[in-house]
Amino acid sequence: MQLTVLVLILALLTVIGFQMGRSRAAGSVGGRIVELHSVPSYHGFYVALWAGLPALLLFVLWNASEGWLVMQMTLAGLPDRLTQVNEQALNLLRADILNLAHGISTGRDSDPAVIAAAEQYARLRAIGSWSLLVIGTCVAMGGLLYARRQISPDLRARNRVERAVNIALVVCSLVAILTTVGIVLSLLFEAVRFFTVVSPIDFLFGLHWSPQTAIRADQVGSSGSFGAVPLFAGTMLITVIAMLVAVPVGLMAAIFMSEYANPNLRTWLKPILEILAGIPTVVYGFFAALTMAPFVRGVGQSLGLGVSSESALAAGIVMGVMIIPFVSSLSDDVINAVPQSLRDGSYGLGATKSETVRLVVLPAALPGIVAAIMLAVSRAIGETMIVVMAAGLTANLTANPLDAVTTVTTQIATLLVGDQEFDSPKTLSAFGLGLVLFVVTLTLNMVALRVVQKYREKYD
Amino acid sequence: MSVQTQIPAGAAMTRSASAGGPPIKMVARDVKVYYGAKQALKGINLEIQENRVMALIGPSGCGKSTFLRCLNRMNDTIENCRVEGLIALDGEDVYGKNIDAVQLRARVGMVFQKPNPFPKSIYDNIAYGPRIHGMATHRDEVDEIVTKSLERAGLWNEVKDRLREPGTGLSGGQQQRLCIARAIAVSPEVILMDEPCSALDPIATAHIEELIDELRENYTIVIVTHNMQQAARVSQKTAFFHLGDMVECDDTEEIFTNPRDERTQGYITGRYG
Repeated sequence: MQLTVLVLILALLTVIGFQMGRSRAAGSVGGRIVELHSVPSYHGFYVALWAGLPALLLFVLWNASEGWLVMQMTLAGLPDRLTQVNEQALNLLRADILNLAHGISTGRDSDPAVIAAAEQYARLRAIGSWSLLVIGTCVAMGGLLYARRQISPDLRARNRVERAVNIALVVCSLVAILTTVGIVLSLLFEAVRFFTVVSPIDFLFGLHWSPQTAIRADQVGSSGSFGAVPLFAGTMLITVIAMLVAVPVGLMAAIFMSEYANPNLRTWLKPILEILAGIPTVVYGFFAALTMAPFVRGVGQSLGLGVSSESALAAGIVMGVMIIPFVSSLSDDVINAVPQSLRDGSYGLGATKSETVRLVVLPAALPGIVAAIMLAVSRAIGETMIVVMAAGLTANLTANPLDAVTTVTTQIATLLVGDQEFDSPKTLSAFGLGLVLFVVTLTLNMVALRVVQKYREKYD
Repeated sequence: MSVQTQIPAGAAMTRSASAGGPPIKMVARDVKVYYGAKQALKGINLEIQENRVMALIGPSGCGKSTFLRCLNRMNDTIENCRVEGLIALDGEDVYGKNIDAVQLRARVGMVFQKPNPFPKSIYDNIAYGPRIHGMATHRDEVDEIVTKSLERAGLWNEVKDRLREPGTGLSGGQQQRLCIARAIAVSPEVILMDEPCSALDPIATAHIEELIDELRENYTIVIVTHNMQQAARVSQKTAFFHLGDMVECDDTEEIFTNPRDERTQGYITGRYG
């Protein structure tokens, strides 16, 4: 409630600040705008920023620290017998206070001291949000008045606003980078926990994957075995099949679109191909499991081959179809980037269209095409849904595409689905697999980017 | 279709060179070119003599490059470009049914404004044409063509030790000579040059001009240029184009000393263009 009011007040003050700054700047030179250092709208933005930003900053800091501060104050008021306990009990106490303060029953009778503390907590929070409303409004008003006083024809409002925008841009890019770093770190920490239980050598080179661990000590036959080689092999097998489908088809489609199709055809053909990239992978999964797999199996049987109902071939083919638009769209861009002068040079020597494409255009575009294929490979390795639905869960170490195999991503998905204890190696092994997957795709992407950069230098 | 028997429609302005001069290699009769609805050439008549350099001059947008690109049907690669009239090579209509544009371009080679070596080695750049036309099957034969072409283009001494290095690594002038060598390698009869020196510095330009003069012995050359001194230096015949018309065509000396049309005079004396 107070929060909404504060946001509305801030928005209002910002708008008022903008109008005020603009008109005051215009007024300060009697309407002769050219005498201003910056045009009036920059003065407006300057005042608006002063009205909005400090209050917003306060708002963020307040919200980040208020809960913790109030909790500390509440705990300080409790008798020692409740607070002088170990960390886990303290956490439980905090959770109880929070629940009671929000009116959620803890499901057991609570200590009257704790109930009192919860009431105290709720009261403090209410005071906190009211004071935030008051202080925030004051800060916004103060900023507005401060900036308004500064307005003069010489104020370098444009430079200051642009610097503020600059900082905002940096902050936005930092958000993306820090998120990535955070993800990598959390992956890394959990993976390290896993590797303290299972040796990395066993994990990376072991040939047997069977992550079921015993829940009770007397259980039989589920000691847990974390040799990930069958998963890597399965991933490789499916990726290779997918690339065997996607690379020729995608590349041919790209060549057709960029070299042979007339522009009209191209303008609607390319978007249609790109629609393939917009189909949710779950839908591809249906297609793989319900259409492709039985089809592959039927064909196999008519040829006298034993095909398992969840074959690597079916999953790989469908994944290849999914990746076609990546290969074709990226390759098409790369082929289009080959300068027309090279084609003219080739035609001028009496080369035919196909000779020109094969001997001049494709070699010139090759680095870019390789990069496109690498991006497609990393996409294929990371793809989950199709393989979850169509490739199966049995960790076979096989090179036979008609067998069922499982992949790294499938295992991660199954290991983390449902209720899991978070300290068992079974669950933690998902993070080990995730780390390997991350390293592989990161490497592929980096190599691809490097290749693309090298290619860019070529024609200038 | 026999061209020789036809009466040149534009004979009035073309002081025919056939009287005693070298044989005619290419003929254009009433050539009109349209880009969509826009007419770029309005009926060009021109005769190109064998083993001579013909310079096409004129202000920008006058259609000289368009005309050049008609001679080996490079305009075919441009969407909605339409060519009317007759262009003949050795008396044979190049737009005729039994001439394939691809074969034509092997006989009428082209050098472009901006050097455009393929991103391949110097050797492969030269060997590209002969290989696709099956002119050389053995390595030795290809080697010989490469050597000879580079020698003729005056580039051999500069690149003989680095034939395996990429052609794109050469300087601009060297790249353009590489492109000329590449055109020579398929033994064309006519070489078309579209402002071959406009992207080059004066020294590289002088090199190319010398080369053009030497090549005249074996090839017929048509060169488009914006540089009138260049036209005067390298060509024997000059044709002046203006707004899609061929205004005047004569011996280069005549054009530059004694132009008949006042538009030509205006252009070469620098009053416009």
